[in-house]
Amino acid sequence: MTSTVLAAAGVTVGFGATIAVRDVSIDVHPHQTVAIFGANGSGKSTLVRAMLGLVPIQSGTISLFDTPVPSRHAPLERVGYVPQRTTAQGGLAASAGEVVEAGLLSRTTRNLPVGGKDKARAALEAMGLADRYDFPVGALSGGQQQRVLIARALVRDPDILVMDEPLAGVDADHQVVVADVVRAAHDRGAAVVLVLHEAGPLAPLLERAVVLDRGCVTHDGAPPAAVGAHAMPGHDHVHPHADHAPEPSDLQRGVL
Amino acid sequence: MAVGLAGPAVGAYLVQRRISLLGDGIGHVALTGVALGTMAGTALGLANQDALAVPGAMFTALVGALIVDRMQSRGRVAADVALALMFYGGAAAGVVLFDIGGGDHETFEAALFGSLGDISTATAIATAIGAAIVIALAFGFRRILFAATHDPEFARASGIPAGALTTWLSVAAAVVITLAMQAVGLVLVGGLMIVPVAIAQLHAGSFVTTMRRACLYGGGVAAVGAALTIHWDIESGGLIVVGAVLLYATVALVKSRTSARRLAPGAPDRPTIEQERSAA
Repeated sequence: MTSTVLAAAGVTVGFGATIAVRDVSIDVHPHQTVAIFGANGSGKSTLVRAMLGLVPIQSGTISLFDTPVPSRHAPLERVGYVPQRTTAQGGLAASAGEVVEAGLLSRTTRNLPVGGKDKARAALEAMGLADRYDFPVGALSGGQQQRVLIARALVRDPDILVMDEPLAGVDADHQVVVADVVRAAHDRGAAVVLVLHEAGPLAPLLERAVVLDRGCVTHDGAPPAAVGAHAMPGHDHVHPHADHAPEPSDLQRGVL
Repeated sequence: MAVGLAGPAVGAYLVQRRISLLGDGIGHVALTGVALGTMAGTALGLANQDALAVPGAMFTALVGALIVDRMQSRGRVAADVALALMFYGGAAAGVVLFDIGGGDHETFEAALFGSLGDISTATAIATAIGAAIVIALAFGFRRILFAATHDPEFARASGIPAGALTTWLSVAAAVVITLAMQAVGLVLVGGLMIVPVAIAQLHAGSFVTTMRRACLYGGGVAAVGAALTIHWDIESGGLIVVGAVLLYATVALVKSRTSARRLAPGAPDRPTIEQERSAA
């Protein structure tokens, strides 16, 4: 039994002379929902990308299910990654189905597995896009494109879901859809790592928050107190708040 | 015609990677290879001093493709700058070397614009085999190649070796270009790889459909062009690419007409906000 799903120890990432992430250590446990907060340029995306082996690290170690990253044997097929939407732009039309089916491939699976098309259809259906299987992704709205990328991450039934700014450019209604997806993944037993600028409707789901400021961890523990829509009157507070929550004012400064 | 089928199969991935001019860049570098091959042929005192032109082109095309691939993956130069360096460096070196080597101008022109009539049966068979291999690989590995070119970031996060796959694509492009050199010429080879893809993407909603149709367009245009060359005394390369561009214009025109008509009520274009909400 693994104690950590994804772990970084003393990780430093730099681009040339700039240090983007400085000596960061984080353990993500099974069945845990963690948010990484921080201002623009605080290194939160870089940290997550480094933890998936997408950016070379200068020092420290990263392990995924107790296997070092990057390595040939890292079980990346157990990760469902939703990159920032801007990265998913090809020069040619691709249908939503094709994009989601790409989520079933890995280092060892080079062709579509048997039943892959049905899985892709089901994943699109779960995102409310059942009738968009043959639709070119470029002709979809921004919120729909984001949901296609989420379907691509979910189609492989990941044991850890990593989403980079899943709410960016998504309207309020569809933010709720994203929150439903995160809740479903959590209920299925998956760990969830979210890179967030603000929590929005995801706030009630967060069990832990890590706050980055200029590449350093400034907070790791209870999530920030409810802000925004969550704090509005009429919101149904069904989840318990941690007793030892740090001063909300500090956190909000770090978060916003 | 074999090249017409194989070109777009690789071209589709190049367009997907937004480096549709890679073919031309490699073509220019191959010109250096033609000059080098001719010089080597002369130096070795071969009976046919052009015998080494094609191997020379193949060699420099491969080297050029790999260098650009490396430059891009290191991220030091933007893709278009890397291509520009190839264009100008390749063409200039080709001209200089050709002058030094004193090759005859027919060889040079044949390399630039192609000369279908001069192709031997052996070359034609070799070209067909090479094209068949490229098509088989391009379609056989289409899933993983699509993943690697559509969203390299996600592909790498899934453990797919996106970098290695794109290197192989560059190699395939170099092979196709050298194969196509004798039929359409190095100046126009990129056209045969990219224009059919441009036609297909006008009316295809998925990547695989685009690729399949692009290959059919490429093969069709090449076949018609080759047939016409037999009757008229016009260089095949120009004829084929002009045909492809005209086909593009025709399809684009027809499409804009029909889509204007589709703006009528009931057009299944973008869903309305209401539809989206209810779907969610």
